[in-house]
Amino acid sequence: MTPEHLRATYATRERLAWLALLALGVLVLPWHQSLPTDATPVIPSAFGLAGAGRGWLWPVVLALPVLAWSSFRDAGGRLFLGLAIGAFLALVAQGFSIGLRGPSHEWVAGVFPASLQGQTGFGWGGFTSGIALLGLIAHALALRGFCRGDRFAASAVVFIVALLSLFVFFPILKLAMAAFVGPDGELAFRPFLARLFSPEIWRLDCLTGGRRCGVVINSLVLGLLAASICTTLGLALALIVSRTSFRFKQTLRALSILPIITPPFVVGVAIIVLFGRTGLITVWGAELFDIRPTRWVYGLTGILMAQVLAFTPITFLVLLGTVEAINPTLEEASQTLGAGPVKTFFKITWPLLRPGIAAAFLLAFIESLADFGNPIVLGGGYEVLSTRIFFAVVGARYDLGNAATLAMILLALTLIAFWLQQRWLGKKSYVTVTGKSDAGLASTLPFGLKGVAWAVVVPFVLFTLGVYAVVLVGGFVHDIGRWDLTPTFAHLNTAFAFEISANGVQFFGSAWNSMQTTLIVSAIAAPLTTLVGIMTAWLVARQDFAGKNAFEFGTMLSFAIPGTVVGVSYVAAFNVPPVDITGTAAILVICFVFRNMPVGMRAGLAAFAQIDRSMEEASSTMGAGGATTLRRVVLPLVKPAVFTALVYSFVTAMTAVSAVIFLVSARHNMATAYIMGRVEAGEYALAIAYSTVLMIVMIVCIVLIQLLVGARKLGRRREFQGQTTPAE
Amino acid sequence: MSNEIAIEFADVTKRYGTAVAVDNISFTITKGEMVTFLGPSGCGKTTSLRLIAGLELPSTGIVRIAGRDVSQRAASERNVGMVFQSYALFPHMNVLENVAYGPIIRGEAKASARKRALEILDQIGLAGLSARLPSELSGGQQQRVAVARAIVQQPDVLLFDEPLSNVDAKLRRKVRGEIRALQKRFGLTAVYVTHDQEEALAVSDRIVVMQAGRIAQIGSPRDLYERPASPFVADFIGDANLISGTVSGGRFRAGDLDLPMLGSDGAAQISLRPERIALAAGDGSPSGTILSCTYLGSRWEYEIETGFAELLASRPMTEPPLAAGTKVCLTIPDTAPIRVT
Repeated sequence: MTPEHLRATYATRERLAWLALLALGVLVLPWHQSLPTDATPVIPSAFGLAGAGRGWLWPVVLALPVLAWSSFRDAGGRLFLGLAIGAFLALVAQGFSIGLRGPSHEWVAGVFPASLQGQTGFGWGGFTSGIALLGLIAHALALRGFCRGDRFAASAVVFIVALLSLFVFFPILKLAMAAFVGPDGELAFRPFLARLFSPEIWRLDCLTGGRRCGVVINSLVLGLLAASICTTLGLALALIVSRTSFRFKQTLRALSILPIITPPFVVGVAIIVLFGRTGLITVWGAELFDIRPTRWVYGLTGILMAQVLAFTPITFLVLLGTVEAINPTLEEASQTLGAGPVKTFFKITWPLLRPGIAAAFLLAFIESLADFGNPIVLGGGYEVLSTRIFFAVVGARYDLGNAATLAMILLALTLIAFWLQQRWLGKKSYVTVTGKSDAGLASTLPFGLKGVAWAVVVPFVLFTLGVYAVVLVGGFVHDIGRWDLTPTFAHLNTAFAFEISANGVQFFGSAWNSMQTTLIVSAIAAPLTTLVGIMTAWLVARQDFAGKNAFEFGTMLSFAIPGTVVGVSYVAAFNVPPVDITGTAAILVICFVFRNMPVGMRAGLAAFAQIDRSMEEASSTMGAGGATTLRRVVLPLVKPAVFTALVYSFVTAMTAVSAVIFLVSARHNMATAYIMGRVEAGEYALAIAYSTVLMIVMIVCIVLIQLLVGARKLGRRREFQGQTTPAE
Repeated sequence: MSNEIAIEFADVTKRYGTAVAVDNISFTITKGEMVTFLGPSGCGKTTSLRLIAGLELPSTGIVRIAGRDVSQRAASERNVGMVFQSYALFPHMNVLENVAYGPIIRGEAKASARKRALEILDQIGLAGLSARLPSELSGGQQQRVAVARAIVQQPDVLLFDEPLSNVDAKLRRKVRGEIRALQKRFGLTAVYVTHDQEEALAVSDRIVVMQAGRIAQIGSPRDLYERPASPFVADFIGDANLISGTVSGGRFRAGDLDLPMLGSDGAAQISLRPERIALAAGDGSPSGTILSCTYLGSRWEYEIETGFAELLASRPMTEPPLAAGTKVCLTIPDTAPIRVT
């Protein structure tokens, strides 16, 4: 057979496989999560249920023979594509129009009386059929020239768009709608306005010395202060590292990943241990200087301290990149034109740094707004948007409408900052790196500025060392809070006790359960995140298809959504049919995949920019489809990006809290939620011990991933070895 | 060379948004032929090549390879071999793995694919290098591996995308000779893209000259040089003096230039090759004045001011040079001027 015929056979086989999957979905697998009470069909599939009076399932069932007929008539025709899309829309429509307690519109009940019984969410049958129909749509699109006719790429686009729609945009939409729901579940505009303009959110009393300010004001004040301090520190560190004869450059770079692997709360706990009312430094101050111990650390000050510690490394990395990107010949040119070092710094270096400073500031601002872990531990009475949202959903005053309104405000603030950042980076970046080698040497920092930089940095470094000393020691001494430093494994034993007996290993510790869930969920989520991220990057970088710009914008947007908003939006979207998955481990995995996917995508994009596109084209002219090219040519060349994405998504899944806290259940508890519980109960040592174990586990896993992914062997061809670490 | 059609474009257009890269072109390529797409950058020649490869799909129109409509077929579903400008050798595979990649992907057993790859490598003189990584080869060797990789599957058509742009100037003549010899030896249909007209003249059976997404002229190298159909082609292939004037009564006149010329009466433009203008010091008609005389090693090149145009003329080294300022009489053979409009 000629390759041509062989390929045609492959296409037919793929089509048959999708049709077979559809048959499985509508004829065999149970359509719903659980069987309806009124009907007892022979098989609980869509076919069986439709036969038992649930007529709204007929379009989906009949799609099978109609699509089979149409695909063999002309699979590349407009009719087949139209029918496949129609069938998919029918599936979605029936899912959304008939809920647990009946139809959402009265006319539906008129047409299908059985719909008054309601239906539960999609089960295996519903999901399988949806996947099969999407596969057929992608197949039809590819045959009509979508993605240059590559069926694999077309499927990738269709599935990723569907997944992003379902797990990013649909929840946000649902959340926005929840903001308009009144106390009795009715849609109303007035309660939304009442919530939106509530003094709880906007009042400015704290400025006039009265009571507290509103949460939005609190969040903004915190965000602006944290961003200012982090940017100043980050800039000072970057200048010291790159513009003085500082020798521990690599060490500092390596240490800057420390906050990423630091579990949430532990920094907050360490700060309480140091500065709380009975904290070490507080007590010490009281004894030496007779300062009356207070709870001053709870509130804005405490949160700020923790956030500065957490986000300065991010601004440092961004600004280090900016400083190092300045072409030294520009500064040399200025000096040959007669400007001294100080004048050169302020007239040349500083203006070139400004876009980077703006970007770093906005990044820190976004992180501060989204932060949940530090405000909840250290906030005291100082409420910010993320904590208020949490208590509106989890606390005693359950009020999804209020949570949704607050979440929309938080989202709007973040998106504005994100948009500003994109604009700044996009248009005003004076990156002066060219392909040519820079001949000059970077000028050193003027003497006075060097002093200022060190004066800023030294207290920060001391503070960081103090906090991490507490973290390192705290889990293994009797009671760090009271400075009882008797070494002990008691806390570790509470969490991770086990016994090896004749019956095998038995685990007694209270933390095993959450540790196991965390590890399993992270281990499943990390490769999936990497896959989706790298695939998305590949599509954006290498494929041309209609709607690509919107696709790219959508994926970047999903990056900007704060974790708290994601969490509450999942609560709003996924505890009702048709996609009812709260309380499962799957929702945890899904949440991680779509929150962290953009990082994999960025790493992938950076890697693809370094690889000549013609290599993939060569592979395809030699007969390799998209999937084979991806596996045999692309992936071996983007290994560093794969590593970055795997490590980042794994570590983030292990330490994430803001979205997960809404999604954990008694059966599927996560380590961070467990630690939060311990912190709330005041069991600081236990929390610290668990955090230490988590950090060690993460480091071990990173090493394992490194071994697993391995290094790329390219001989002398070093130009492919690009820097692929994303900015954050 | 049989008359079987290997490639056919029928009214093919490729748009990117509103920009038109290839504008409604049609042509056929016969089996065993080597055809070059030639033109300035942005003329659509590379897009046309990629349309054959399947790396781009046409917006409208039909592409046929070996008689089959492949317009909406992905590259992987056509049987083409392509040599890329950058060679695009896979840096993580050695020479043998690179060449055997295609056959293995297309389902051939590993052992026989390797055997076939070794045979091809042997035929192009690279058998000893099969275990090397691409990064351990010289530029010329990389290029040959790229060719071996493209022909190992006996493609319906072999495509070259400016294959000599990364070869240094000295080697180019040799390598293009090798490519042409290989194409003839294997009886391959080949399509070659270049912006270098000398390269195009040297390697092609036929040349497709492209301009702004359209075909300006198709013909043998000699056709194009000696009978350009438009001022653009005359100017693009070799050097040309384009002279505007009028035709009436079988004569072309411009200033004191008066040449026999067939065709309809009216405004006309002719192309005159520099090497077909003979120069003699002294008065006569048509007359001119030497503006500059440049020594080019293999010939003299003159800029001449005349009553009808500023001319470029080139004369062999065997003639004595004429100094700037010399009054000259031009002699133009009757067959030299070609009417281009």
